[in-house]
Amino acid sequence: MAEERVITCINCPMGCRMTVTLEDGKVVSVSGNTCKRGETYAHQECTTPVRMVTAVVPVEGSRLPCSVKTRQPIPKALIPACMKVLSETTLKKPVHAGDAVAVNVCGTGIDVIATRSVL
Amino acid sequence: MRTKKELVIIGGGPAGLAAAIAAWEDGIRDMVVLEREHNPGGILRQCIHNGFGLHRFGEELTGPEYAQRDIDKALELGIPIACDTTVLSLSEDRVVSCVSQKEGYQEIEAGAVILAMGCRERPRGALGTPGTRCAGVYTAGTAQKFVNLEGFMPGKRVVILGSGDIGLIMARRMTLQGAKVLACVELMPFSSGLNRNIVQCLQDYNIPLYLSHTVTRIDGRERLTGVAVSEVGPDRKPIPGTEQYFECDTLLLSVGLIPENELSRTAHVHLSPVTSGAEVDDSLQTSIPGIFACGNVLHVHDLVDYVSEESFKAGHAAAAFVRGNLKVGRTVKVRDGKGVRGTVPQSIRLDAEDGVRLMFRPDAVYKNATVRVLCGEREIAKRRQMIFTPGEMAVIDLKKEIVKGLDADLTVEVG
Repeated sequence: MAEERVITCINCPMGCRMTVTLEDGKVVSVSGNTCKRGETYAHQECTTPVRMVTAVVPVEGSRLPCSVKTRQPIPKALIPACMKVLSETTLKKPVHAGDAVAVNVCGTGIDVIATRSVL
Repeated sequence: MRTKKELVIIGGGPAGLAAAIAAWEDGIRDMVVLEREHNPGGILRQCIHNGFGLHRFGEELTGPEYAQRDIDKALELGIPIACDTTVLSLSEDRVVSCVSQKEGYQEIEAGAVILAMGCRERPRGALGTPGTRCAGVYTAGTAQKFVNLEGFMPGKRVVILGSGDIGLIMARRMTLQGAKVLACVELMPFSSGLNRNIVQCLQDYNIPLYLSHTVTRIDGRERLTGVAVSEVGPDRKPIPGTEQYFECDTLLLSVGLIPENELSRTAHVHLSPVTSGAEVDDSLQTSIPGIFACGNVLHVHDLVDYVSEESFKAGHAAAAFVRGNLKVGRTVKVRDGKGVRGTVPQSIRLDAEDGVRLMFRPDAVYKNATVRVLCGEREIAKRRQMIFTPGEMAVIDLKKEIVKGLDADLTVEVG
């Protein structure tokens, strides 16, 4: 089944509006892009969109929470599930930047790690 | 108490830390970084999203991670950072007055001073939006501090005025924390934020962006209860009859940043009406000898990577000044030409040790345009670029050989 999607390229300030035609979830054509990077982005964004997730998690005995991030981008569709896991997480001191806060979050194989230390 | 230091750096954010590291590497030891917050790192501490450091480190870091690299380096070198210390004034002869709980009131006679105080957000009072003075109206950065540093939410139903990057980032952040962001409202017909943020912070969460719209009324007796939003014409005035109403408890403002130059004024540093920062030469020295400026207090940057780069330069120049090695000699002025606003530096020394990078913002969007530098009537540099937008600082580099041969004032233009 053919589907057409209009997306904005994020590679540079041009922000090309690209029309992407998909058939059975596969990209068959991209138009409206100015350069090759747009085409690459369109393929990625329309087949397996991913995002970094960043948040803060409370730390027992610390007034200030600890900032965290997914070590790598995770599938976009899993962002709400990832946030739910983090909303149920509390850390114990000491936390070191780089420590895993949630292992293999939502079955992605990707850990959420601390981005600052709370000692 | 009155003491002496060879170098005093005001501000312990990315600019101050980079400047301190550079000066230390040049052999300056008798220095101190003064920071008013409890921790160094500046605004990066609350910018928990990623995207920092791609140019400088070749990887995407979060704000706290980027800041920590400079903090770790400064600690490793042994650079003294005095936190919880507020600078009250700076004099023309470089006496820094500051106060802290630990040391009380102090005056420091500085051999050189680096201004690295950063910028602050334009507040509600600067907008002239009619309405009541209720609670619930915050700048986006204040909300960011609440959510990311203090760990609490300032509201549940949110409208964002202005589409600067901090506003866009906060639209996503508030949504992920369970708030409903109803709209992002932008006065101009284009957003000043990055496309990446418009896609990943608004479109990902179906938050509508109203271009050429503004908030025309703020309602609420104690707490905000709603805002009226109207479309604006090409004159940026509201068009009668276009009003729509949003019930909300929170209005976030992301309507521009202003370099924080109160201290520069006490020292009578000459400020540019365009950038709101100091006027500097290519060594980042201001109109007052021995006072340098770098980072967002000089002009508002988009990327911290460029703040660090500029601040390293200021640190090296200040170290040279302390040693009596900073050449000034003859200079030429740099002026904004057609399509260009806020070029920094505002003057170039013919004795510049290196090439010089000119930074500016275009006054509108220009596609397939050329930036040109003219020395008098003569074109000395040009570069084509697919797009120039006011939201992204543009640069053009002048090579050392070109700088040596300058014989008239420069004009930078885009078209």
